[in-house]
Amino acid sequence: MNKTFTFESYQQDGFFDELLTETRIPRQGAELLVERINSMSDEDLLARQREIEAALLRMGITFTVYGDDAGTEKIFPFDLIPRIVQASDWHHIEAGLKQRINALNHFLNDIYHDQEIVNDGVLPREMLEKAKSFRPQCVGLKPPGGIWCHITGTDLVRHSDGAIYVLEDNLRCPSGVSYVLQNRLVMKRSFPQLFADSLVRPVVDYSTKLLETMLSVAPQGVDEPTVVVLTPGIYNSAYYEHSFLAQQMGVELVQGDDLVVQDDCVYMFTTEGLSQVHVIYRRIDDDFMDPKCFRKDSMLGVPGLMDAYRKGNVTLCNAPGTGVADDKVIYAYVPDMIRYYLNEDSILPNVPTYVCQRDEDRKYVMEHLDELVVKAANEAGGYGMLIGPHSTQQQQQEFARLIEADPRNYIAQPTLALSRVPTVVGDHFEGRHVDLRPYILCGKSTWVLPGGLTRVALKKGSLVVNSSQGGGSKDTWVIADLPSEAADPEGAI
Amino acid sequence: MLSRVASSIYWMARYVERAENLARFIDVAINVSLDHLAAREQWEPLVRATGDEAFFEDKYQDYTPENVRQFLTFDTEYSGSILSCLSAARENARTVREAISSESWETLNDFYLYVSRAANDDDDQGHSDLYSEIKKQSHLFSGIFDSTMSRDKGWYFANIGRFLERADKTSRILDVKYFTLLPKVTDVGTTIDDLLWSAVLRSVSGFEMFRKRYHTLTIERVIDFLVLDSSFPRAIHYCVRTATGSLSKIGGPSNPGENKPLVLANALLVKLSTATNRTVIDGGLHEFIDSLQTDLNELGNAIGETYHSKRIEKSIVS
Repeated sequence: MNKTFTFESYQQDGFFDELLTETRIPRQGAELLVERINSMSDEDLLARQREIEAALLRMGITFTVYGDDAGTEKIFPFDLIPRIVQASDWHHIEAGLKQRINALNHFLNDIYHDQEIVNDGVLPREMLEKAKSFRPQCVGLKPPGGIWCHITGTDLVRHSDGAIYVLEDNLRCPSGVSYVLQNRLVMKRSFPQLFADSLVRPVVDYSTKLLETMLSVAPQGVDEPTVVVLTPGIYNSAYYEHSFLAQQMGVELVQGDDLVVQDDCVYMFTTEGLSQVHVIYRRIDDDFMDPKCFRKDSMLGVPGLMDAYRKGNVTLCNAPGTGVADDKVIYAYVPDMIRYYLNEDSILPNVPTYVCQRDEDRKYVMEHLDELVVKAANEAGGYGMLIGPHSTQQQQQEFARLIEADPRNYIAQPTLALSRVPTVVGDHFEGRHVDLRPYILCGKSTWVLPGGLTRVALKKGSLVVNSSQGGGSKDTWVIADLPSEAADPEGAI
Repeated sequence: MLSRVASSIYWMARYVERAENLARFIDVAINVSLDHLAAREQWEPLVRATGDEAFFEDKYQDYTPENVRQFLTFDTEYSGSILSCLSAARENARTVREAISSESWETLNDFYLYVSRAANDDDDQGHSDLYSEIKKQSHLFSGIFDSTMSRDKGWYFANIGRFLERADKTSRILDVKYFTLLPKVTDVGTTIDDLLWSAVLRSVSGFEMFRKRYHTLTIERVIDFLVLDSSFPRAIHYCVRTATGSLSKIGGPSNPGENKPLVLANALLVKLSTATNRTVIDGGLHEFIDSLQTDLNELGNAIGETYHSKRIEKSIVS
């Protein structure tokens, strides 16, 4: 029987392919992978795909889908063919992300203190004040080291022009890094030799770096800070990840009711009594963190937590209030922030963004609803969106009404032709659109995980990669320049 | 260790042990039914041992082997079935995945998935295999847990849960069989039914160990072996001794006199070390077992109050 998993008849349909050039030659770093796939039988390839899926189920690497029966767990679909990031692309991405996080930290510190960027007329005041996630409760806060966003998961996309753009910054509680680590684990089992030979950079030290980051921002004067991960609980869609990260760091995973604030210090209930906590990696939204300060009806939070934070007795990662920079209108001003705070040009460009609050932008958006992607400023996860080219006239009219009613809450962007990666579909490969979420840690120093979560829209033609909307994931191989960079920092194979 | 985590680990271990014991009881009932004419009599006591006869009779009416097996193995509406126990064990483990080894979690997850797949498999032929497999999976879990976990609080809490549950289950099976097999006090000391008592011993995997030691079956020897023995790993005395050992390792309230669980556990240990088969029979085996079960419950409650509850008046650890 003829082999059906080949790249000979693979169609690129005019999109940028991350694995192969237009003439179907493997890109730099992908040569061995393509050679290996070509040498495998179809049965072998499918068997490996199945083995990986079985391993993920056995490990219980699942997420919860809201709206389904409460607590329903699913595996995040996984595709065998990795996404390759060439060394030169990675250097560019890494430099761009560090620059961006630096500017965003300046921005957050500024808007919760003197608001110079507003006073100097770079960011219009109304844009800031109408950001729903701007927290007046955070004005005047002084996080240790002036660091607000310790953990960021920036979404990047590549357009058909070959350039990489920043789509979203995700400064609140970005999830997905556990999939990066577990995907790598199962892929290594399936293709052990390929990793060593292809100079794939390791991701295994993420949890060590995460712990170092958090220890570096502990309140002053604490000799041995206690770090915990705060989760909303088992029914949260990312619960697996919270538990995984706590386990990998060797710290306690706590829920709100495991903690109590006394005399402005935070303690956890232990079998011996109350034990003080110094750094909290909170995977719970600002809104639910402290019913005394934010939403009164929150059952998930810790009353008095913000008082302890203000007094400097506990560090919260990320700091409360960072979500303001996730507002898609504020996002549109990040290139201006980079110029304003750092006096530099952006290394990684934003996706061109029309801010509907600006009259000329809104006029353009209204005339081009069938071409643009319209997004609500405060939604995430692929909700509250209009994808112009895939929408009906009725949907476009609906969004026109929404924009007129509340222009500040909408932005629009050109529909990007996201790059693709060959993906197992039935008995052959088809191109599927992907994005890339690298993770940036910012403590005393800034570090970018060499890799990231590649999400893939598994539905043919779909551009929506979110796990809640039919997305899956792939392993992400950042190729090293030098063999030493691909060596495992913890000595594991 | 977090109080909530201590509680979840303890209950995880208890539920796995509970599921295993149920599988043992059912497995023996199946084997006895194959050998013995009074087969039906094997099934009703199994339900009686759970104390949930009312629920059973309401839903199933007749004590047929099929009904009892379905009830005790797969009924997800009944919180005491094997599948429900494993589901509860898994949920507890899921909330403390960071506190147990990945290998333990994966094994337990596999265990649960195995039984839940069997629940949807109509092929009746697999039943006897099913219960051996459940025992094996439980042993696998215990073995992996024991060999991948440091001997610190997490392991000790699991060990306490496991052995208190086992003590309770051994006492229950003994009590139920005693009533079925020896309804009258005057029967004590007469020749007992070898086949049925050896079934009791088999249900705790104790038949061979018993034989090595005592050869012939008498009620006194069964009591010595299943209640008072301190070396057989499913004997009540052994279980309480092991749980007490773990309890003494986890620390607790700074004043040892306030450590209620340890005080209760030690008292129970004294009771089991000083009893003889004679004093047990004279006072009534059923009464003795009844008081043991009360003691075990009190101990379990004290552990919950002392270690698992969240009270602000607890002292601050420096």
